[in-house]
This record gives sequence, structure tokens and C-alpha cells, in this order.
Amino acid sequence: MSSHPDSRADSRADSTAESQAAAAPRTGTRWLWFHKLSSPPYAFRTSGKLRPWFLWPALILMAIGLYGGLVLAPADYQQKDAFRIIYVHVPAGILSLQVYIVMAIAAAVGLIWRIKLGHALAAAIAPIGAWLTVLCLATGSIYGKPMWGTWWEWEPRLTSELIMLFLYLGYMALRNSFDDVQRADRAADVLAIVGVVNVPIVKYSVEWWTSLHQGPTFSKLDAPSMAASMAWPWVLMMLAFMLYCAAVTCDRLRTEILKRERNASWLGEQLKELKP
Amino acid sequence: MQTSLLQLTGLVMERDLRLAIRHLDQVIQPLVFFVIIVTLFPLAISPVMEELRKIAPGVVWVAAMLSSLIALESLFRADVEDGTMEQWVLSGQPLSLLLFSKAVTHWMLAGLPLVITAPIVGTLVGIPLSVAPTLVAVLAIGTGSLSILGAIGAALTVSLRRGSALLALLVLPLEIPVLIFGARVVDLAIHGEPVTGPLNLLIAMLLLFLSLGPLAMAAAMKISVES
Amino acid sequence: MNLTTFFAMGGYGAYIWSCYGLTAAVLIFMAWRARSELKAEITRAQRRSVIAEQQP
Repeated sequence: MSSHPDSRADSRADSTAESQAAAAPRTGTRWLWFHKLSSPPYAFRTSGKLRPWFLWPALILMAIGLYGGLVLAPADYQQKDAFRIIYVHVPAGILSLQVYIVMAIAAAVGLIWRIKLGHALAAAIAPIGAWLTVLCLATGSIYGKPMWGTWWEWEPRLTSELIMLFLYLGYMALRNSFDDVQRADRAADVLAIVGVVNVPIVKYSVEWWTSLHQGPTFSKLDAPSMAASMAWPWVLMMLAFMLYCAAVTCDRLRTEILKRERNASWLGEQLKELKP
Repeated sequence: MQTSLLQLTGLVMERDLRLAIRHLDQVIQPLVFFVIIVTLFPLAISPVMEELRKIAPGVVWVAAMLSSLIALESLFRADVEDGTMEQWVLSGQPLSLLLFSKAVTHWMLAGLPLVITAPIVGTLVGIPLSVAPTLVAVLAIGTGSLSILGAIGAALTVSLRRGSALLALLVLPLEIPVLIFGARVVDLAIHGEPVTGPLNLLIAMLLLFLSLGPLAMAAAMKISVES
Repeated sequence: MNLTTFFAMGGYGAYIWSCYGLTAAVLIFMAWRARSELKAEITRAQRRSVIAEQQP
């Protein structure tokens, strides 16, 4: 009931956006690419086409990186073979923060400029970021056991990641609490922006807090200072993770676009081409 | 009649204070909650004062955070339910100022009693009375930040059924820096060391939240109130 | 280096392989879940457009 009048207006707005985009050469093409990019049909089509271009390079890079990290790189002097866990632990950690920032930027675009694609992107990547946080925490904990004997230490990265997990969970819980997608989008947007302002404060305070009690350079999960032979697989794994998450985002984004475009007319033609 | 911004703030605060005085028992609740939580720790851990003194800064701050949460329930709910908030959103007056005035009153009713009684409550966990001025100052600053962050969360969740659990999940992680620096200040004070470092950080955070917080509150409230 | 030494990883095998296994599980799950949700949403949208077309 709530979606009907709304989405008819939406489909009118979308077709106006597309005809505006088509008419733009007369009025100035500077923002044409932006309007075109942010139109849901275009984004839907393009993410579908881009996905294989993200996925296959990701898998290839991962394969090479894994070979480099697990087979070629020599065992570390102090940490022996255990250091190889950083090849998955660190990319997950860094990426979980990057995803939050992208989510907040998408939220800002959605809230301030009212571009629906912003809302869709923020909703799409939130679960990805949350899973990456979980992965970072789990691998960090497993890394820690042989290194210092306990399954958990309150060290800067793990503590920050735990707080990031709470931020992600709060974001997703807020989103799910609203029945209406549009209200959910805007409320979640506000939360994402408030969250991202707080993330540097939280990270700084956590590092400050650990340095107080355990010395300034304390970080039990520091990767060993790396020789080149250890470092290049890490770079490849980082890139591979990013590309892989981009590929997953393509699918998630298309789902979120479909959820917000229930009755738009453009769906008709595109859908007929799709196999379920 | 043109009301100046200052008059507006005054009107909002006066109204909230008058309403609160009629329900003084509701105003006392956060304070009682504060004392109960602090009492739980010695019972759970140990009656030995030396041991309690070590965790006292954390205990006081956690208790402050939790009792602030309790008081936040009622910050916006009544006004949203009886339609007052909708009037405010539509009124054309700056919503961020109106909501900020409500948050200030909330702090006066829920934060200030806590701040004033903290030295006495602190003795329950071994905080010496000599630390009282610092304790009062740091709690005053910190609970201000807690009220603002809490008000943003309350505005986001006010229209939800069972928003209170979600409110805790949203607000507590954001309050962690206040906890870290605030507890550190009390800890330093107990050991007689200078507290300027973390105290300045707390003041800086409060100023940041004061400037940006009301905007977030207003944005959140507009979303919650529209049907 | 033979396969057994490789898997043993200097004694840390259990830790390393559980981490990589977890990573693989999470990555595969994310991709699979995204795909199946997308398919479900597409089916739903196709059904809706069929119904919409049938209406006068």
C-alpha cells in the first residue's frame, strides 16, 4: 500500500531523469555522466556487466598471492610460519574500514542529494563490511593463540575491529527496524554519517588507551618487518580482496536497486532479458 | 509574534522543566539506577577497598553511561506520541535548536544530579573525596557528550517499537571514547597526577558534538516523525 | 618440500589452515548469498511485471 503512489512518481522521475540526461547536450554536459551513472536502470545494467571483470581478476590475483604467501615466502625468523595468517587477516581488517567509509559516503550522497543509488549502495555493502570485520576478528584471534598463548588480547587492531563490528551491527539493525524502505534508508544514512565521524575518534582513543598500559609501540599483531619476498603477496591479496568485494557488491547493489524500484517501467524491458 | 531564538530555547526548557517537576519520581530514577549499578560492582567483585579503587573510574563511568541510557527513553517519546514533535517539525522554527534545548534539559535532569552526587557515590568504590572537584568536572563534561550522542540515538529510534534495546546498541559504541578518556582522568586524579591531557580531549569532543550533534538530531527526528 | 611438510606449516598448520578455511568460507558464502538473493529478487520482479501487464 505504501509503495504505490510513491513508485509511480518514481518511475516518472526516472524517465524524466533519463530524458533530461538525453536532452543534456543542449543545456550542458558537465553533469551528464553523473546523472546517467546514478540512474537506476544504468546502474543495474552496468553492475551486471562489471561483475565478471571484478571477479576473475580477483580470483587470479588471489591464486597468485596465495602461492606467493604460502609457498614462496620464507618462514619468518620469529613467528615462523604463523605469520602467513596476515595475508588474510590484514586485508580483511583494512577493507572492513574502507567499506565503512564508502558506506558513509554513499549514505551522504543519498541523504544530501537524494540520489537513490546512494541508499542502495550503502545498504548493499553493509553486510560485506560486517563479514569482513568478523573475519578479521576470527583470524586475529587464531593468529594470536600461537603467538601469545591466549585467544584474545586487547590490542589496538582487534579492539577497533570489535567496535567496528558493533557499528555495523547497529547500522543493519536500525535499517531492519523500519518497515518502510525509504525511512529505513534515510535513518540509516544519518547513523552512517554520525558513525563515520566517530570512527577516527574511536580508533585514536583505542590506540591511546592501549599505549597507556602497554607501551607506545605495542601491537601484538604486528606483521614482522617484511622482506620484499614476504610483502608482494600481501599487496596482491589486498587487491584481490578489494576486487572480490566489488564483485559481490555488484550483485548486492542490483538486489537493492530492484527492492527500491518496484514499479518502474524500465524494469519491464530489462527483466525480460534476464534469466532467473 | 516573532520569537527570538533565545526566547525559543527558554520556552522549551521551561516547559520541559515544569513537566519534569510534576513527575519527580521519573527524574530520580536515573540517579537511583546510577547508585544501584555502582553498588553491584563491590558485590560482584570484592569488598576490599584497595581492589575496588583500581576499577572505580571504570565503574563510575559505566554506571553513568547506563543510567544516561535509561533516562533517554523518555526524552522524545511523549512529545512524538502526542503530536507535539510533528508541530515542531512543521513549525518552521529551527528544529535543531528545539531538540538541542530538550537535550540540555535532559542533561540538567539526568546528568546533573549524577554529577553532583558522584563524589558521595564514588566513595562506595574507594574514590577519595579529595578527587571530588575533578570528578565533578569530568563527569559534567562527559555526561554532556553522552546526552548529545544519546539524543541522536533517541531521535533515530523514537518511532520504533522496542527501540530501547536498539538505542543501547547504537549509542554505547559511539560513547566509548568518552568512557576511555573520562575513566583515565579519574584514574590520574586518584593517583594525584595531572589530568589536563585527557580532560582537554574530552572538552574538544564535547565542543565537536555540540556543533554537529543538533544537526544530526534534527535530521533523525524529521525522518522519525514523518509517516 | 613435500605435501606433508607443506600442510604441517612448521607446526602451525591447524591455525593457518583454519584461518584460510574461514576466509574461503566467508568469501564463498558472501558471493553465494548475494547471487541467490539477486535471483530471488529478479524472480519476484518478473512476476510483478507479468501481473502488472495482465491488468487492464
